[in-house]
Amino acid sequence: MKKRRPREFLMQGNEAVVEGALVAGCRFFAGYPITPATEIAEIMSVKLPQVDGTFIQMEDEIASMGAIIGASLAGTKSMTATSGPGFSLVQENLGFACMAEVPCVVGDVMRLGPSTGIPTYPSQGDVMQARWGTHGDHPAIVLAPSTVRECFDLSVKAFNLSEKYRTPVILLFDEVVGHMREKITLPRPEEVEVIDRIRPTVPPEWYIPYEDTTQGVSPMAIFGDGYRFHVTGLAHDIRGFPTLRSDEIGPFMDRIHRKITLGFPEIQMGEFFQLEDADIAIIAYGSVARSARRAVIDAREKGVKVGLLRLITLWPFMRTAVERVIQKAKMLIVPEMNMGQISREVKRVNEGKAKVNTINRVDGLTITPQQILKRIREVS
Amino acid sequence: MPEITKLIYKYLRHDKKFPHVWCPGCGTGIILGALIRAIDRTGYEKDDIVLVSGIGCSGRIPVYVDFNTLHTTHGRALTFATGIKLANSNLNVIVIMGDGDAIAIGGNHFIHAARRNIDLTAIIVNNNVYGMTGGQYSPTTPYGMRATTAVYSNIEQEFKISELAVTAGAVFVGRGTVYHAKLLDSLIERAILKKGFGVVEVISHCHIQYGKQNLLGSAVDMMKWQRDNAVTVQEAKRMKSEELEGRIIIGVLVDKDLPIYQDEYDKVRERAKEGLSSLEG
Amino acid sequence: MGERYEVRLGGSGGQGIILSGIILAEALGLYGGKFVVQTQSYGPEARGGASRADVVVSDEEIDYPKAIKLDLLLAMNQKSCDEYYRDLKEDGILVVDSTFVTQVPTSKAIQIPFTKIAREKFHREIVANIISLGAITELTNIISHKFMEAAVLARVPKGTEKLNRDALKAGVITARKVKESMRNEDIQPQEFQRED
Repeated sequence: MKKRRPREFLMQGNEAVVEGALVAGCRFFAGYPITPATEIAEIMSVKLPQVDGTFIQMEDEIASMGAIIGASLAGTKSMTATSGPGFSLVQENLGFACMAEVPCVVGDVMRLGPSTGIPTYPSQGDVMQARWGTHGDHPAIVLAPSTVRECFDLSVKAFNLSEKYRTPVILLFDEVVGHMREKITLPRPEEVEVIDRIRPTVPPEWYIPYEDTTQGVSPMAIFGDGYRFHVTGLAHDIRGFPTLRSDEIGPFMDRIHRKITLGFPEIQMGEFFQLEDADIAIIAYGSVARSARRAVIDAREKGVKVGLLRLITLWPFMRTAVERVIQKAKMLIVPEMNMGQISREVKRVNEGKAKVNTINRVDGLTITPQQILKRIREVS
Repeated sequence: MPEITKLIYKYLRHDKKFPHVWCPGCGTGIILGALIRAIDRTGYEKDDIVLVSGIGCSGRIPVYVDFNTLHTTHGRALTFATGIKLANSNLNVIVIMGDGDAIAIGGNHFIHAARRNIDLTAIIVNNNVYGMTGGQYSPTTPYGMRATTAVYSNIEQEFKISELAVTAGAVFVGRGTVYHAKLLDSLIERAILKKGFGVVEVISHCHIQYGKQNLLGSAVDMMKWQRDNAVTVQEAKRMKSEELEGRIIIGVLVDKDLPIYQDEYDKVRERAKEGLSSLEG
Repeated sequence: MGERYEVRLGGSGGQGIILSGIILAEALGLYGGKFVVQTQSYGPEARGGASRADVVVSDEEIDYPKAIKLDLLLAMNQKSCDEYYRDLKEDGILVVDSTFVTQVPTSKAIQIPFTKIAREKFHREIVANIISLGAITELTNIISHKFMEAAVLARVPKGTEKLNRDALKAGVITARKVKESMRNEDIQPQEFQRED
C-alpha cells in the first residue's frame, strides 16, 4: 500500500485549531455545542484527556468563558470556541479577562447572523463584535486565519500572544475556513515556539500583581503559588484591590492599552501580495482573501495591476499597512461577507486619499473570484 | 492572645483598606466570621484555598481575607470556580454568592454545578433582596413583600434555595441563619470537608433595604425573627406542613455520596489513553 | 492534470457524501501527492437534508477553495442532479445514482444504480458511496486505483475493510462496463449534437 508522508494530513480548519492549541500547551477547554464550531469541542474532548488535560461541556457559553478564565488563573492554558450566538454570550466574561488580564483564547467560527441566522452558512459578520463586543474601552487582539495551516499557526500564536500580553485573544474565522479540509504538513511540536506567561520571582510579600513595567505587562502569579493575591473585574489598584481613585484607575486603563500598542510590530500580521506596482489594492481576510488572491492572479494575466493586502491580524487594525498600500494604490476594493465592517476601518484610515469600493455579501454564499474580478474590471 | 484576635491576625488582609463596605448591623460580617472559623477548623493552608465570589454585598467578602481570592462577574462565580478546581484539584475552592447572584442570574450555573458534583463549596447568603443596588425584589423575596421594584408588593413566588439544591443533586445541603452562628460554623465546615458539591444557605437580613421597606425593624429585630422562626430539621419532621408555613428549617438537609466529577474524569483520562495506545499499537 | 480539477458530490444527508469527499480528497492529496481542498455545504439536519462536498485538486497551491466549474459531478439524488448540473463544464462528466436519479439532463450522463447495487450485492445501503468512489476512479484519470483503495481503507471502520474493498471494486467494474457500452451505443447522438 502507498505510504503517506509523515505529519501530512487532510485536516479541517477546526481540527487544525485544536492541534495548534495542544502544541501551544492548551490543557483546558470549556465549551457548548454550536454549529459550525462544534468540531473543536468534539476533538478537544477526545484529545485533552489523552494528554492529562481537561475538557468540560458547560451549561452555556457564559459558563464556558468563566471556566476558562478560572482555569487560566489556576495556571492552565485554556480556550473555548463558539459561533455567533455563543460569541454574544462570552462577551460578558471576555471583558473580565481584559480587565483582570487573564490569558485565554476564544475561537469564533463565524456563521450567518444576526440571531440564529443560518448555522451552516458562512459569514464575516462578527468582526466588529470581536473588537467591541464587550462593554467599556478595552484592548483586543483578533487573528483571522484563511488556510487550514494558518488555523494551526494562528492558534499557537493566539496562545503565545495571550500569555505574553496577559490578555484574551480571539481567533476569528468564517465557516468556510472552519469546515474546509486541506492537505497540510504540520511541524513537529519541538519546532514550534511556545511562550508562557512570566511568573513572579519575588517573595510573596513583595509581589505587586498589577505593577507597571516597561512593557506594561506584570508578572502573573497563579492560584496555589503562595502569592494569595486578589483578582477582580472592578477597577483596581496595582495591588489588585478595588479602587475608586481616578489617579489609580487612569494609569491602569492606560497600561492595559499601552501593553498592546507596544506590541504592534509583533501582533500585527499581514501578507502583501503583488502590491509593489499595484494601482488597485484589494484588502481582504479569511476565506474571502483566497478569492481575492485568485482574482489578483487572473486580473494580472489580463494586464491589470492589482495587489492584495491580506489582513491576518484584524485587531488592532493595521493602520500603517493600509497607509503604505494607499501611497501607490488609489483604488481600493474591500470584499467582505458582511455589510462593511473592515471597510469602515479602511475608510477611517484612508481619510479620503484613495477611493474605497466595497463588495458585501450577507446571503450565506461566499464571495467568488469572479465577483471580485468583475469589480476590478469596473474600477480599472 | 484571644482566639478571635488570632483568627483576625491570621486570616484578614491588613493591608486592605478597612473599614469594609457593609452597612452597620449587616449579617455578612457574621458569615465572614463563620467562614474563617470553619476554614481554621479544617486545618487547610491559606495557600490552598481559593475564595470566589460574584457580585453584590456578599461579593465583597473575598477582598478582606488572605487567601487566593477572585471576585467574578454577577452570577458567574461557580463557572470560574469550576475552571479553577478542574485545573488544580489540590485547591479547596469555596464560592460565596448572594440570592440574586446564585439563583436569578446564576441560577442555571447553580443547578448544573450541583448536578455535576464537582468538589466545590457554595455558600449562598439569602437576605431576600438585592441590597447593593438598593433593595429590588429577588427570587427569594416572599410573595406579598415590598421592594423598590415591587412597591405595590411582590406577586412572584419565592425560590427555596436549599430545596432547589437538593433537587439539583447537591451531595451536601445545609441551611443556617446568621443568628445561629455556631450551627453556621459547623455547616460551613462540613460543606468544605464534604467531597463533592456542598451547599450552605445562610438566612441573613438586610435591615437597611428589605427591613426598612417591609417595616421589619432593626438588625436585632430581624435576627430575633430568625431565632423565633427557625426549626431544626429534626423538629420539622414532627411538624405538619401548615405548622411549617413561614418557618425556616435549619440544619443538614442532605448528606449523601455520589461519584465526584474529578474522580470520574480521571477515569476518562485512563480510557482516553487506552484508546491512544491501541491506536498506536 | 491541468491547474484545477473540480469535483462535486451531491446527495442527501446520510448518504455518506461528506465522507466520500474526504476519502477522495485524501486519495488525491495524501496518496496522490496533489494539492487538495475539500469544502462542504449542508443543511441543519443530520439526515435527509441536502448535502454537498466539493473537492478541488491541483498541481499548484489552491486559492479559491470551492468549485467554480465542475469537471465531475456525482449526483446521488435527483435534487442535486437538477441543482448542480448547470455548474458542470460542457465537457464535464456527470455520474448519477440511477436508483434515485430517474431524469437525467443529458444523454451523456453515466447512470449507475449505486444504492441498488449496495442493497442487492452487499445488503448494506451504506456502501453506495464507496461504490461510487470506485466508479469515479474508473471514469476519470485523476486518481489511481491503488491510491483510492488505500484512502478508503484508511477511513472505514475496522472490520469492514473487505466489504469496502469489494464495494470499491464493484464500482470500478460496473463503471467500466457502462463506459464500454456507452462507447458502443452513444457515439451517434454525441456526433449528432456537434453537428447541431
